[in-house]
Amino acid sequence: MSLDWKRWTALLAAGLLTACSNGQDADTASGATDDAEDADVVRFDLDPYPSTYVPQPSETTLITGATIFDGAGNEIQNGDILIENGRISAIGQGLEAPYGTTVINATGRFITPGVIDIHSHLGNYPSPSVDAHSDGNELTQPNTAEVWTEHSVWPQDPGFARALAGGVTTLQILPGSGNLFGGRGVILRNVAARTVQEMKFPGAPYTLKMACGENPARVYGGRGSSPATDMGNMAGYRAAWIRASDYRDSWHDYWDDPENNSAPTRDLELDTMMGVLDGDILVQMHCYRADQMAQIIDMSEEFGYQVSAFHHGVEAYKIPDLLAEADICAAVWADWGGFKMEAFDSIRENLALIHANGACAMIHSDNDLNIQRLNQEVAKALSDGRRMGLDISDADAVSWFTSNPAHALGIADETGSLEAGKRADIVIWSAHPFSTYAQADHVFIDGALMYDRDNGVQPVSDFDVGHIGEGDD
Amino acid sequence: MNKLVTLLAAAMTLAGAAAAQDLAVINGRVITNTDQGQIESGGVLIRDGVIVSVAANIDVPDGSVVIDADGGWITPGIFAPVTQLGLVEVGAESSTSDSAASDSGFSVALDVEDSFNPNSIYLASNRMEGITRFAVMPSTGHNLFGGRGALGETSGSMDALFDTQSFVFADLSQSGASRAGGTRAAAWAFLEAAFGDARAYPGRYSSGHGDALDRYDAAALVDVVRGRVPLILEVDRATDIRRAIRFAAENVPVQLVIFGGAESWMVAEELASAGIPVLMDPMRNLPSSFDALGSTLEAAARLDAAGVTVAYTTQTASGYFNPRLLPQHAGNAVTNGVSWDAAFRAITLTPAEIYGVGDQYGALAPGYLADVVIWDGDPLEVMSAPSHVIIDGEQTDLTSRQTRLRDRYADMDDTTPFAYRD
Repeated sequence: MSLDWKRWTALLAAGLLTACSNGQDADTASGATDDAEDADVVRFDLDPYPSTYVPQPSETTLITGATIFDGAGNEIQNGDILIENGRISAIGQGLEAPYGTTVINATGRFITPGVIDIHSHLGNYPSPSVDAHSDGNELTQPNTAEVWTEHSVWPQDPGFARALAGGVTTLQILPGSGNLFGGRGVILRNVAARTVQEMKFPGAPYTLKMACGENPARVYGGRGSSPATDMGNMAGYRAAWIRASDYRDSWHDYWDDPENNSAPTRDLELDTMMGVLDGDILVQMHCYRADQMAQIIDMSEEFGYQVSAFHHGVEAYKIPDLLAEADICAAVWADWGGFKMEAFDSIRENLALIHANGACAMIHSDNDLNIQRLNQEVAKALSDGRRMGLDISDADAVSWFTSNPAHALGIADETGSLEAGKRADIVIWSAHPFSTYAQADHVFIDGALMYDRDNGVQPVSDFDVGHIGEGDD
Repeated sequence: MNKLVTLLAAAMTLAGAAAAQDLAVINGRVITNTDQGQIESGGVLIRDGVIVSVAANIDVPDGSVVIDADGGWITPGIFAPVTQLGLVEVGAESSTSDSAASDSGFSVALDVEDSFNPNSIYLASNRMEGITRFAVMPSTGHNLFGGRGALGETSGSMDALFDTQSFVFADLSQSGASRAGGTRAAAWAFLEAAFGDARAYPGRYSSGHGDALDRYDAAALVDVVRGRVPLILEVDRATDIRRAIRFAAENVPVQLVIFGGAESWMVAEELASAGIPVLMDPMRNLPSSFDALGSTLEAAARLDAAGVTVAYTTQTASGYFNPRLLPQHAGNAVTNGVSWDAAFRAITLTPAEIYGVGDQYGALAPGYLADVVIWDGDPLEVMSAPSHVIIDGEQTDLTSRQTRLRDRYADMDDTTPFAYRD
C-alpha cells in the first residue's frame, strides 16, 4: 500500500477520511464531499512536518556488465541498468547508452537494490550513547501513540553514514519497545541532512510502533502499574482500541454531518490510532513468541486493523501458516537470541523457514552495527536454510533486504526492486553480496552517487568533524 | 594457573588410549598456523587425542577412522578469547546469570570456575559453528575487578574447564572509572593500591588492612602481580591505553593484555614495542562513547601493520549466545585490510598464546591437542559451516537445542502434534 500524503491531506480536508486503499466507507467519502465547501468545518493537517527531501543531482548513468539481483526474485547475468532523471529507465542486457551518458563498467561485480532496514534506531538512539542521546522511548505511560519519533531523530548520528557504506538507502526509525503503543515511526532516505524533514521519504505512510510481551510488562509492572503481565498488555491494547474506535466514529459522524454534530477534541494519541483503523498508518509490532503473535492477530481482527509486520519474531518459524493467512510479514534477525525468555527459542533458520512456508520474511537490524552488513545477515540465514534442505535462490534471498521490507513499509511502488520507473536506489557490490568480503563500492539514492568507496565520496556527520577517526570507515 | 584439571584430562585420555583408534582427516585445504602455512590438499592424523602428523599425504594406518573433508577446509578449532559461555542462559533473567556479583564484598577472588555451568545449551550451539576453546570472563561487580577467569572447551564434558584461575579481569575504561568513584584518577589509584596490597601480601595483613583490597582479594591478585597469569584490562581511549602501558612498565613482571582497545591503533607502535597484546572486535566502528571516538574498521589492519599481537573478540555481540560469530568478525577484518592468515590466526593460535596455551591449542602440528574443524568452505565466509568438529581427538555432536527446535517445526504439513515430534 502506498499512500500519497498530499492526496490524503487533501482528502481529509474534504472530509474524505477513509480507508482509501480498500474502498471502504465510500458513502462517507461521497457524502462528505460537500463539506469541503463549508469553511467552518474543523479539519486538521495530517502532514504538518512534511518531507522536504530533494534528491541530489544525478546524471544519466549506464551501469554495465554486472550480475544483477533485481529484488523481485530475478537474477540477470551480464546485466545493465540505465538511470535517467533519478529513476531506473531500463534494466536488461545490451542496453544502449544515450549520448552523454556516464558509463560505469561493473563487469565482475554485483548489483542489488539499495538495502532497506525496517527496524533501526539510528538518530533516536544515536552514537555516542550518552545520557542525552537516549531519545527513543517515551517511557512515561504505556500508551504513547501521541509521540512521533521523527521529533527525536538527530540527523547527525554518525551511524547513518556507516549504514550508507553498507548499502542502506532507506530505513525506518522506530520508537523503543517499552510501551504498548510506542508512537509513530518514520521512514527515511539515508541522506545526510540538517533536518529530519530533509530525510523523510516523500509520500511514505506513517507507521505505529507497538510492542508485545516482556518489555512493557517489565517497565510498567516494575513501577507497580499496569501492564504488569501479558494479560495486562492485552487489556491495555484493547481498552485503547475501544477509545480509538469511538474517537474515529466521532470524527466520521462529525464530518458526515457537521451541522448536527460537534467536532471532537483533538487527541494526538487517538489521531495516530485512528490512522491505523483507517488503514493509513501501518502497524509495526514488536513481538517474539508465537503464541503472543497469535493473540495480536486475533486482536487486529477484533478491532479491524491490519498488522504490517511482526518485528523480531524469533518464533515466527512456529506459525508461518498463521502469518501467511493473516498477510503479516515477519522481520527478524539471522542469529540473535537468548537475551530474554521470549527470545530463548531463537533458531538460525527462522528467516528461511518463514519464507519457505509462504509468509513474507525479511531481515532487520535493530542495531547500528548490524545495519552495516544486512547482506551478510541474510547470507547466514540463507545458508542455514539451505543446509536444512530448503531450496531458496540467491535472488529470492535478496528480497529479504530489499523488496520485502519495502512492501511492509508501504513504499514498494517506489523502491525495493530494480524496475523501470522506480527510484534508482542501487548498490554496486565489489563481490557477491553474500560473501563476507563484499563491500558496497557505489551507492546511489535516487540516481545520485551518494557513496563511492574508492573516490572518497562519503558523508561525514557534524559529530565526526574534528574528532579522532573523522573520515574512517 | 591451576593445572589440576588439565592433568586430570590428560590422565583420562591415557586411560582410554588402549581402545582408541587413529583418526585421519584427509582431502582438504589444511590451515596449519605453523611454518607449513596452508597445505592446498592434505590431511591430519590424530592419535590418542593428539595430532601426530600434518602433511599433503599423511600415512593412514590400517584400522584408522577416516574422515574425508571432501575438498573442504581443515583448520584448528576456533578459540574465543572473551566470552561468558556457561555463565548466562537468559541475559534478562538474573536468576540464570552468574556473570557479575554486584552485591558481593569480594572482587578479585571471585572465581568463574564456581559459576561456570558446563551444561549450558550454548556450548553446543557454539561448538557446531567451530568454537572449540574459549575463555570465560567475569563481569565487574562492586569495584573495577571482575574476578578470575578460566579456559574451557565446548565438547559438552562436565569437566569443560581445562584451566582455571587463568587470568584476572579489571575494567579501567570509563565504566571502571565510574565504579572506582567517578574518575580515571580514582580507578588508577585503586589499581595501583591493589597491586601494592598484593605485592605486600601476606605481611601487610598480619597487622592491618590493605590500602584497596581485603586480605582474601589481595591473595587472589598475587599471581597477577608476580606475572604468573595475565591481567586483562578493559580500556578504549588512547590515553588510557598509554597509561596502561606505563603501568605495565612500572609493575614488571605483570603480563598486561588490553581488552576493548577501540583507539589502540593510535598507540600501536607503543603497544608493539611493549609487547602488550590486544583483544579487540574488528567490527566495532562507531563512536559508541567518548572513550571510543576513534573506533574504525581500519583498526585491525593498523594494529597488524604495526606488529601488535591481536586476537579478535565478538565484543559487540552477545558473550554467551554468539561467540560463534567470531569467524564472521575475522572475515570482516580481512575485508578491511588484514591478511587472511593473520585474521584466522587472531581467532585460533594468537588467543591461545595470549592465555599461555599456544603450545597446545590453535595450530595443526605434531604434539598439539587435536581440536580440528572441517568446514565446507572458507571458514571466514558467512555462508560456510563446519561439517565436523573434533575436540581432543573426539568427534563431537553437531546438534543443539536450536537444531532440535528447527527440526520440530520444519514440516508444517506433518499432522503429528508438535509436542509429539522429536
